[in-house]
Parts: sequence; structure tokens; C-alpha cells
Amino acid sequence: MKAYFAAALAAAAAILMASSATAGTLDEVKKRGKLICGVAPNIPGFAYADDKGVARGFDVDFCRGLAAAILGDAEKMQLTRLGPRDAFAQLQTGAVDVLTHRFTWTYNRDNGGGITFAMTYFYDGQGFMVKKSANVDSVNKLNGASVCIAQGTTTELNIADYFRAHNLTYKIVSFADLDEARRAYEAGRCDAWSNDRSSLAARGLGLQKRDDHVILPETISKEPIGPVVRKDDGQWMDVVRWTVYALIAAEELGVTQANVDEMKKSSQSPEVKRLLGVGDNLGQKNGLSAEWAYNAIKAVGNYGEIFERNLGPKTRLALSRGPNRLWKDGGLLYAPPFR
Amino acid sequence: MAFAALFTARYWTWRRLGALSIQALIAAAVLAVVWAAAENALANLARLKIKTGFEFLERPAGFAIAQRLIPYSESSSYFAAFLTALLNTLVLAAVAILIATPLGFAIGVARRAPNQLLAGVATAYVETLRNVPLLLQLFFWYFAVLQTLPAPRASHSLLGVIFLNNRGLILPAPADAGSAAIALGAILAVGALAAWGARILRRRLEAGGATGGGALLAPALAFGAPLLALLAAAATLHWERPVLSGFNFAGGIVVIPEFVAMALALSLYSAAYIAEIVRAGIASVAPGQVEAARALGLPPAIVSLRIVIPQALRAIVPPLANEHLRLLRNTTLAAAIAYPDLMLVFAGTVLNQTVQAFEVMAITVATYLAISLVVSAAMNLYNRRVLQAGG
Repeated sequence: MKAYFAAALAAAAAILMASSATAGTLDEVKKRGKLICGVAPNIPGFAYADDKGVARGFDVDFCRGLAAAILGDAEKMQLTRLGPRDAFAQLQTGAVDVLTHRFTWTYNRDNGGGITFAMTYFYDGQGFMVKKSANVDSVNKLNGASVCIAQGTTTELNIADYFRAHNLTYKIVSFADLDEARRAYEAGRCDAWSNDRSSLAARGLGLQKRDDHVILPETISKEPIGPVVRKDDGQWMDVVRWTVYALIAAEELGVTQANVDEMKKSSQSPEVKRLLGVGDNLGQKNGLSAEWAYNAIKAVGNYGEIFERNLGPKTRLALSRGPNRLWKDGGLLYAPPFR
Repeated sequence: MAFAALFTARYWTWRRLGALSIQALIAAAVLAVVWAAAENALANLARLKIKTGFEFLERPAGFAIAQRLIPYSESSSYFAAFLTALLNTLVLAAVAILIATPLGFAIGVARRAPNQLLAGVATAYVETLRNVPLLLQLFFWYFAVLQTLPAPRASHSLLGVIFLNNRGLILPAPADAGSAAIALGAILAVGALAAWGARILRRRLEAGGATGGGALLAPALAFGAPLLALLAAAATLHWERPVLSGFNFAGGIVVIPEFVAMALALSLYSAAYIAEIVRAGIASVAPGQVEAARALGLPPAIVSLRIVIPQALRAIVPPLANEHLRLLRNTTLAAAIAYPDLMLVFAGTVLNQTVQAFEVMAITVATYLAISLVVSAAMNLYNRRVLQAGG
């Protein structure tokens, strides 16, 4: 119910907001001395608090990286935990600067809503989890099944499209909350539980007997997930997406959190030098310092390091990179040239 | 005298004028604020490049809804999704009110019962249900319902036509919707005729001073005739029997567990409040009234029906209307357990897919407001009748 309250508050904010033209988001963040990111409320691996109460996760690290690139300090950020219902409204009304959230980039979200996706930093797809005892090895054998999902995402549309396209019937049970969907599936309300594969892995950790369940091989949708910004601020969109591209390029160029100082001092590669602001000042064009990319890499490491730290095989989620590998390794990650 | 009257008239005119101008000023100020707020909101939306308008209602929704009382499929429009969800909200509220009201009356009366055990149980009920948050009760009932029921393959079965499992209560459905509609119309017509007949019969019987067996004739007619019509319709219609196929039953009407849990939680919770309203209403009838009626030798049943209840109703109906409105608003908790009501489907899925938060929220708010005002008006009308009936 907090979500409704927040949505109402956001609506009220739009009504009461002073109509004087606001300064660019970048200037505002600099003036405030703090970056405000909207993140998902508690998803293991992506946005959660560790046992000491420190915010951690893939999405959180990108917020830290942005804060480091803009303000030179990764801790000059503040997280606002937002449900899917009120996140866009909070962004629209300026309560948060950027959503480093779990939102899928779609046409409808990108057009007409006053918001836009800066780029894609995580390629996901919708999958299904079933009980091993059901003896199902493919989504195509789920004809007539009840499927538990969490609404407010693209999940419902994907299932509708896939099942109709394959002439399968289904019964949808959509919950407002991800964990209630999992609990109802566990209690036997549904034959399958569907969500983005990364979410199934993350939320699946909450199942009482994780080993009794299996994720089916099919991925039924494309879920490009990336940071979301307001549409009226092109400069800010560039700051956000080029910072993420810098972290991807860093992995490609072999620049890591550990060696970034040394690389900055002694690398002879012109690409590395440009990226780290040696002998060139790419940051300037976007209102950032010459060391913006250096600061971000120093704070959170390159893309690969962020992935391994939060989601990789050594973590509880144990996700493989899959499509989130660099393009040269057969993945989809591809940073435009820094020149 | 004339001077005094003139003075009074002028005095009142001045006072009136002053009061009126203050009221006009306040009204103008309120209007100006509302106008400025609307203007400002529109300007802000335009500046944020947020598209406004209601065209999205005609676009296909693309998602399924678990409970449909009207034809709806993935290719239906967002507006159809809105109507489907609205009907789900209304049906839930209606069923919960129909259970909560008589239950609340019974418990309220029981709290004043001379039997200590009965009164104690009723008090325990009220205190427990009133003091546990509704959302918690909702989860309790939902997972209690889910966990006690078997999987589809191990369904409880009644005569092989009605099934109960953790996917819901599955009833046979009429195979042909057209003849089912005709049958339903016939049953309603018989019911209306029987009610009318029973009313006339009761007046005649009362005028003739009927007691005992004769007094039962009218209710027998009112309930018996529609029941016979229902049985006749059930026997003549062709029924589609639900069959287990694969994961679920195919065919039949499914009452989903989310509906059962919502109706249970809402009605049990509201009944506790209604019980208190009823108890207070009965307590408000002066004890002298009952004593006087008994002194006249009226039997206890007549004392209750003719003396206590009509007077208690005057104190009961206005707060009861409030309680019904509260129950209606509480249906929005449905989102927590996947019951597809207006809040979950429209202010949830539709809002998120269209990103038209302001339009969707405005429609949702206006709809709940409209339903509440209608319920409120109906209860006011009933209240007026109660007041008149009391003389």
C-alpha cells in the first residue's frame, strides 16, 4: 500500500511542482553533491542490503560508478527503493535522478511517458521454474498450467504472447509482489512460476527446498534492462550511458579496479589513455572532469568485475555471463568507440 | 415597533451580506487554487514531455485476467480490462457485504445474549478480529486455504461433478450461455412475483390476525417458489461437467481461491465492526420500551421484531453505511494476494504497461469515488425509509 501512497505523492508533486524550468539534472546533482538512484526493493544480487546494512548489488554498483564519475566519490549517492508501480512517476517528477532498476526497455515505456532508456546494461529473458516432481522438461509441455507471476512488469504480456503463439492454454495468477508469487507457487497454487531468469535465480533463493525445483531451458522473451532517465535532458542521458559504456570498455581494454592506477600512469595504448583522461579530456564535453571514467573504474571496477562480484559463479546466484559477455567473447556487450 | 422591525431586517441583511461575501470569497479562492493546480500540472506534464490523453483505453491490453465475469481475452482493449476488473471489485464487495451484514447482526445480538458462553464467544470474536491487521488476516486465510486444499489430481469431489482443490472450487457450467441466461431471467421473474405475492398475502393474513402455521405461508411462498424455479432450471439445462486434463480441470466455472480468501477475510473482519454497531444500536433503545411491551403481554419474538429492532435500526443504519463503504475500500488490498480487482489490474498492470500514471490514477480514483457515492446514496435512501417507518 506504500506503493499507492508513493504514486499518489508523485502525482501530487506534479501538481504542486514549481513550473519554473529546472536546471539540467547534471547541474542539479553537482549542486546537491549527491546522486539519487531509484533501485528495486531488495533483490538478492541486484539491489539489497548485506548483513551489515550496506547496500550492495549489480544495480547499486552502477549507481556508485555514476556517483564516482560525476562527483568523484562513489559514496555520494542515495538509494530510493521503488516498486514497479511508482518508479516511473518518481523519475518523471524529479524525485530521483536515474533508475538503476530492473526495468525492461520496451517501445511503450520509451515513448510518450516522458522517460527514456539510456542503454542496455543487462540482457535478460523470461524463464519458468517448475517442481521437479511435475516431470516437465519444456515450456511447451505446460499446456493448461496455472502460472504464478508478479505483475507490473512485461511478464504478463510475454506469457500471453508465447502461449497464444504456441497454441497453449494457461491460467495466470498475477501478484503485486514478487515474493508473494513465489510463496503461492511453493504452496501449490501454480504449476509454474515465471519471471526474468535472473529474478528466478535471485528470488529462488527464498524457496524452502531450492533443489526440488528446476528452471526450464526456454527463454521466451527479450528483456534488455538498463538505466532509465527523463526524456527532456539529453546531456544527462549521455552522462549515464557513457559512464556505463566506459565500464564495458574498461573490461574490453583490460583495465580493472586493481590495475587502473598503473594503467593510467604507464599504459601506452591510445584508447586506454583517452578513456582514463591522459592527454585528452573526454569528460569535459559532458560537463564532467577528465578523470570521470578513471574514478568510476577505481570505485567499482569494470563491467566484468561488477558482474562477478554480485552475480557470478562465486556468489549465491551463480549466474553465468551468458549474453552479458563482451561482443568479442560472443556476447552482446558492445561499447561505442571512445574517440 | 416598525422601527424595531426595520432595524432587525437591516441588521439581518447586513449580517447576511457579510456572511455571503465571505463565503463567495472563500469559494473563489478555492476555485482559483484548483484552477492554478490544474494549469500547473498540465504545464509540468507538457514540459516533462509526458503524453496525456485517454486514447490508450482503446488499444489492446494483451494480458490475461484470472477471473472474468464478462467476455475478455488478451486481444480485448484496456477499457475491457478496466470493466472486467471493476466487475471483480463489485462482485467481491457485494458478496462480502452480503456475508458480513447478517453475520455481524448475529454476533452483535449474541454479545447481548443472557447466555454467558455465547456472549463470551462473540466478545472474543470481535476483539480478535478487530485487533489483527486486515492484511495479515488476508495472508492468513489465503495461505490457510491454499495449504489445506489438495493438488488438482487429488481433488475433493462431490458426486463427480463438483471439485475442490488448490486451484479453486470447480462447478459444472451450463453448456449453452443463451439458455442459461433465459433460465436466470425466469428464476428472477418468479422470485419477483413470489415476493410481491408474499407481501399481499402477509397483509391479508395480518389483517385476519393469523398466527402460528398461517404466518409461515408468506415466507414459504417468497422462498419456495424461486427455489422450485431454480431446481426446474437445473434439471432442464444441459450441464458441462469439469474434467481433469493435464495440469488443471477443463470446463466448468472456477471460483478462484483468491476470491474465497478475499471474501472470507473481508466479511469476517467487517462482521466484527458491524457486531459492535448492532450492539450499540440495540443498547440505545430505552429499556422502558421493552418493559412496557412485556407488561402488555407481547411474546419475546414480537418484542424484538416490532419494538426493539425498528428503533435500533435508526441508530444502526448510518454507521452501518460507513462500514459498508470501508469494506468497499478495503477490497483494494486484493493486490496482495492476486485477486484481479480494479487496483491490481488497472492501477497495476495497465498503469505499468502504458506509463500513463496520471490518467490511470485519475480514472481509478474517480471510479472508487463514484461507487462510494452510489453506495452512500443508497444507504441514505434506506435510512430515510427506516426513519419514516418508525413514525
